[in-house]
Amino acid sequence: MAQTKSASASGRKPAAKSASKTVSKEFTGKNTPEFGKDDDLHAYREMLLIRRFEEKAGQLYGMGFIGGFCHLYIGQEAVVVGMQMAQQEGDQVITAYRDHGHMLATGMSARGVMAELTGRQGGLSKGKGGSMHMFSKEKHFYGGHGIVGAQVSLGTGLAFANSYRNNDSVSVAYFGDGAANQGQVYESFNMAALWKLPIIYIVENNRYAMGTSTARATAQSNYSMRGVGFGIPGIQVDGMDVRAVKAAGDEALAHCRAGKGPIILEMLTYRYRGHSMSDPAKYRSKEEVQKMRSEQDPIEQVRARLLEKGWASEDELKAIDKDIRDIVTDSADFAQNDPEPDVSELYTDILL
Amino acid sequence: MPIDILMPALSPTMEEGTLSKWLKKEGDTVKSGDVLAEIETDKATMEVEAVDEGVIGRLLVAAGTENVKVNTKIAVLLAEGESADAISAEAPKADAPAASSDAAGGKAREASEETPVAAKVPAQPKVDVAADPDIPAGTEMVSTTVREALRDAMAEEMRRDEDVFVMGEEVAEYQGAYKITQGLLQEFGARRVIDTPITEHGFAGVGVGAAMAGLKPIVEFMTFNFAMQAIDQIINSAAKTLYMSGGQMGAPIVFRGPNGAAARVGAQHSQDYASWYSQIPGLKVVMPYTAADAKGLLKAAIRDPNPVVFLENEILYGQHFDVPKLDDFVLPIGKARIHKKGTDATIVSFGIGMTYAVKAVEELSKEGIDVELIDLRTIRPMDLPTVIESVKKTGRLVTVEEGYPQNSVGAEIATRVMQQAFDYLDAPVLTIAGKDVPMPYAANLEKLALPNVGEVVQAVKTVCYK
Repeated sequence: MAQTKSASASGRKPAAKSASKTVSKEFTGKNTPEFGKDDDLHAYREMLLIRRFEEKAGQLYGMGFIGGFCHLYIGQEAVVVGMQMAQQEGDQVITAYRDHGHMLATGMSARGVMAELTGRQGGLSKGKGGSMHMFSKEKHFYGGHGIVGAQVSLGTGLAFANSYRNNDSVSVAYFGDGAANQGQVYESFNMAALWKLPIIYIVENNRYAMGTSTARATAQSNYSMRGVGFGIPGIQVDGMDVRAVKAAGDEALAHCRAGKGPIILEMLTYRYRGHSMSDPAKYRSKEEVQKMRSEQDPIEQVRARLLEKGWASEDELKAIDKDIRDIVTDSADFAQNDPEPDVSELYTDILL
Repeated sequence: MPIDILMPALSPTMEEGTLSKWLKKEGDTVKSGDVLAEIETDKATMEVEAVDEGVIGRLLVAAGTENVKVNTKIAVLLAEGESADAISAEAPKADAPAASSDAAGGKAREASEETPVAAKVPAQPKVDVAADPDIPAGTEMVSTTVREALRDAMAEEMRRDEDVFVMGEEVAEYQGAYKITQGLLQEFGARRVIDTPITEHGFAGVGVGAAMAGLKPIVEFMTFNFAMQAIDQIINSAAKTLYMSGGQMGAPIVFRGPNGAAARVGAQHSQDYASWYSQIPGLKVVMPYTAADAKGLLKAAIRDPNPVVFLENEILYGQHFDVPKLDDFVLPIGKARIHKKGTDATIVSFGIGMTYAVKAVEELSKEGIDVELIDLRTIRPMDLPTVIESVKKTGRLVTVEEGYPQNSVGAEIATRVMQQAFDYLDAPVLTIAGKDVPMPYAANLEKLALPNVGEVVQAVKTVCYK
């Protein structure tokens, strides 16, 4: 799913310069390059797939097909899609439990993800992982982790492996504003900076760690500055604008590939739904959510651009919508009809 | 009065050391803080500083002398006006062995620790050890410390596989906090022998991530007590990933380091984690006693595609055992070893628990009780068939370990033997474990908190109704 780099960061400072800075700078969308038609269409499609997939997952949860925890990515689509567009084949992705979007963006199949959500044998983990635990060696997706912050150390280990093998790959480790307060995040920052590991730490700041707003949970709410003590540069990014995300991703990846060590991207984003399906989200107002949806929605931004620039007609966009709906419907049908894992699976995959 | 200068203890477990070098000679004036001598232990080379002022009246132990016991008088310091004649012609203690010519060469050497902590661990008695069927008959054996065996295992596997590396605190430039990684940095370089910051949770996660990416890390914990900070990564990330991924991705990693009580290091540094880790599906848990097992099983652990928790013991590090001289000596994980065959009762132990068991077996044989002693070697997967087979023969079972008694490894063995061999038991299974208390510091209390040979002997007599 990796795209060739386009819309290079003209007019911005080269990566080398930002590397020496430890203060954050911003990608607000205003100082980022426009996408060309292909990139905008690609981003639209990818984000829409995640949106519709998650809506369907929410529906299946309500119908009892999906159990346990189910954390939806709706609202944050631009983050993972923009990053994926900047990455190249071989770059690893690791994240926490709000992970369906990451899986789809890395190219893991909608059927496989949805069937894992319903706990069926055709799920990516044969039904044994669930919503929070899917992996794909082929797509370089390393999970899918349920312990808040653990994936940051693991992602640092992926970067360590790249460094050990002296290859050109970069590890992209996602975590939320909540995980950013975990101790092992800073243990990892220290080692990554010390050993100049090729890793992008992506803070998906969606403003709420479950029900606790960043204002109530953190002394330094500018997460891009969380690496200052380790000399890790940080960039604050408008995570609702896929162009800003990709531009920041391009810069961060170039930084890592140039051997300059880790970098932090703080993605300012927002989740529309509750923390998980069982969260009524009473810690924020409906108006707040509505304002984000109507003014900053990542998909609507691209849609408006496509129409405004004449890169797609309403009909063409409708055709894309239908395409996506077909994929999602197919995945949901598959996930509801696929059998549960054979009982013999209980005792497999414990040891090799 | 002349002042005696004694051989100092430089670590909690030091019993003896090599007096490698005198930096003062007889007749020299010294003041407090002057370096008098260099002493090598199996762990480090340390300088001995003068505490008092005076003139060196006599050096009682020659430079290069090995195995000088702690508290041996090594020199005499004279106060002003005193004469060397005032020193009684007292020779060093008879048990201080003769000087060895190559010891003064500066190369750190292993001190022979026949009895590392006399108060705690019984001396290795002469038990006719049964041959390990995994070692070909007639193989030449070389006396090796557990420490050297572990180092050799890592070095051999690192030569064999470029993906194997070792990381941990002080593993590289310091040569290992307990010198287990001695020489590895010199042979393999800083890329593969990696000093980490003091950051167990973080570097355990880094290790697991590297393993998920296909490397084969050996993560050394300075002690498993510190691995408590990292236990989430060991269990939630390393052990469960294979299952959670439906078999797609696992973590071929070894977590190793000293486990359990050393000596006089108090409650937070003295816990045995064998039963903790042995509860976790997705982990293998190895806990060797002999140097041969340490070597053969560590090599197997490094090659194993699963996460392996490899529990060592600081007190065993300096002990010598025969290790087979083979090009590639790998033992199977999950297979117990019959340490001594017997007919009257079975003792099952592992790791340092074996030191009590071996001594008890010797005492019991003097009383006509012929014990079969099984060294479990691997706690998970557990070789229960070997235990059951023995119990079918003897009808009596005692387990020995240093860990806490509740939910101990012995309790698990007792349960399973009760379920699977009930009809063969002639007496209830007795489980000897550490006492149900945090480890006390005071020497007498610490001794009480640990198992002892007398308890094991008594337990075997009890199950034999003698």
